Formats: sequence, structure tokens, C-alpha cells
Amino acid sequence: MNRRLFAAHSALLLIVASITGKAVLADPVDDSLQIDGTEIITRAPAPEGLPFDQVLSGWLFREAETRATEADSFANPGMLAVERGAEIWNTVEGTMGKSCASCHQDAAKTMKDVGAHYPKWDAASGKPLNVELRINKCRVDNMGAEPYKFDDPNQLALTSYIKHQSLGTPVGIDLSQGQMQSWWDRGKELYYTRTGQLNLACASCHEGATGKYIRADHLSQGQVNGFPTYRFNTAGMVSLHNRFRGCIRDTRAEMPAAFSDELMALEVYVTWRGTGLSVETPSVRQ
Amino acid sequence: MATTPKPRVRVPKSAAAGEVIVLKTLISHEMESGQRKDKDGKTIPRKIINKFTCEFNGQPVFSCDLDPAISANPYFEFSAKVTESGTFKLTWVDDDGSVYTDEQKIEVA
Repeated sequence: MNRRLFAAHSALLLIVASITGKAVLADPVDDSLQIDGTEIITRAPAPEGLPFDQVLSGWLFREAETRATEADSFANPGMLAVERGAEIWNTVEGTMGKSCASCHQDAAKTMKDVGAHYPKWDAASGKPLNVELRINKCRVDNMGAEPYKFDDPNQLALTSYIKHQSLGTPVGIDLSQGQMQSWWDRGKELYYTRTGQLNLACASCHEGATGKYIRADHLSQGQVNGFPTYRFNTAGMVSLHNRFRGCIRDTRAEMPAAFSDELMALEVYVTWRGTGLSVETPSVRQ
Repeated sequence: MATTPKPRVRVPKSAAAGEVIVLKTLISHEMESGQRKDKDGKTIPRKIINKFTCEFNGQPVFSCDLDPAISANPYFEFSAKVTESGTFKLTWVDDDGSVYTDEQKIEVA
């Protein structure tokens, strides 16, 4: 082989590597997650239509200490919210003198795997409902209680408790019900639409730059299988719509209200993007 | 989480004599540092857990003072050598004088 040509080739490869940013990639780690003996799927084949082969849990992009905190359900501070949720589950509230348990009995049985399939189409309200809105509907219709305000600590705790009953179950939502498909379409449009003074779409970071640094942080695929999530930076539980709003705020755009049609459509679409990943609630992130 | 602080403690139920066991503790607490201000610019008063102790059959095993820089929901993990059956008594002391306790029995064979 021509020696000089070979050298030139190697040099070119090096240049290509530095342009594509290989050197600064904070790649997803090669690690596996079990929580209390339950295998957690952190890599799954990507659903048809996504530009990557695998969908990856945000857990793979976190520091070793953060990953270890989630892997140990005792050390995971998000479990405090789950325990609080269990108390709420059994607390009677509202004019009809009922608790969640009055109708749904033991959540470990009746709520098993339920959270993995939300948002779900609700014919009565003509829109998809997530777990938070489903709880509120139940409180109003069946308990005669006040609906929770957005990010009420009790809403976070009860949502975490219900989703935790699906720990390990792969996420999968049914788009064939009602008009779920058109909400998915709308969510997809929002996902790829650049907004704000920084002119960023969700896809700019979470699709085009996965694994790279954003300032000192690692960009994940922005999967939502672990929500509500415990974040060290706020030392508390963070709901999905809070996270959406935070991200949108950071692009310096106007934030849609929590549970607005925009964010519900986005939740439908982004949840679908994580099809096959296990529910990790309460996940731990930095 | 402005609810009443609730400790979580994990101690093995049994151990061999002379074995070194690991104790894990976590308590829900906001650990308000006293440095923050509310919406009206008023200082939010400090409210933290300022002391944690662990005793075994009345003998001190571990204790520490906590300061405002410690984040919410303080977590402690420490080890102890057990030579006899008995009870671990864990105590958290709050700035407002409240004391939260938990007891865990261990059988030593």
C-alpha cells in the first residue's frame, strides 16, 4: 500500500473525528439498571420514524453517583414522595367520604402497569389525559374533592406513587383511541418547531446533539419515562410539565401553561418517543 | 415537602457477632438554610435538622452536627460493629426543638 496515502487517510480521519465532536461526546454509559431486583430497560429499539436506532433512558447520561442513587430505592429521595403518595391513597377526602383506596383498593394490584400507558384518550373530555389530570377528574367526579393545583406537593406525590406501580414496565401508549393520532401529530410539530430568542426546537438538543455537552451538562434524548423525577438541583420532585416549561423557558420563549393543549400534545408525542423504555418513576437526575 | 419529617432507616434484622453492619438513614426535611428570601424580600427563617445521633443499647455509635449548607432530605450511611443483640435508637433534632426518633432491633447470633 502506498505509505503516504495511508498517512493522509489517517490525518483526514482525525480531522473528521474532531469536527463531528467525538472527542467531547459524553456518551451514554455502558451500564445496566436493576431496582429492587426489577430489571429496568434503559435501551430499547427506537419506534419507527425516529432518526436513531435505540431510545436511551436519561439514566445512561448521568454521573455514576446519580445513577447509584436511583439504583438503590432506599437512598432514592424520590421514594419519600412515593411513600407520601401511599398515605394520600388511603386518606379520605371530599364530600363523598372516599379515598382512592375506597374504589381502587390496593394500588399495588389495581394500579400495576397503569401509569406506563398514559396519556390515554378520554372521550368525555375529548382530549388525552395524563395521570395528573386523571387524578383530578377522579377527585372531582368521584370524591367530591377539589382538583389539585398544578405541582401541588400532593399531586406530585400521588402521581409518583401511581406511576411507581409500573416500575420496570415498558412505556407504550395507544394511539388508535379517539383522536390520539392528531394530538400526536400536533406534538410532533411542536417538537420540531424552533421557538424563543435562542431559536431552539426540542429536537435541536435532544435529537441533534444527544450525548454532547450543553455548558457543563450532558444532553440526553429527553425521554420522559422517569417522571415525576427527583432532581438534586431543586431537592424535590419535578413533574413533566414543569420540566417542559423549564426547557421552553431556557429557549427564552413564552411558556405554555401546564396541562394546556400544547403541552398535552407534546406529552403524547414525547411519551411515544420513549416507547419500550421502562417506567423509572421516581427517577433521579441532577 | 412541608409535611412532618419522616425518617426512613435500614438496618439488617440479624447479624453474626462481631460483624460490621451498614446502617442507612434518610429523613424528609426541607433544610431551609436561612439565607433565602421570599417573594416580598423577607428572609425565610432557618429551619434545619442540626443534630443527628445513633445509639446502640444506650451507647453512642455515631453522631454529628449539621449545618445550613446540607441539602434537603439528609442521608447518612455509616457502619457499626455489633457484638450483642439490641436496639439502635436514632435521633434527629430540629431547629424548632422537635425531635424525630426511630428504633431498630437487631438479633445477633
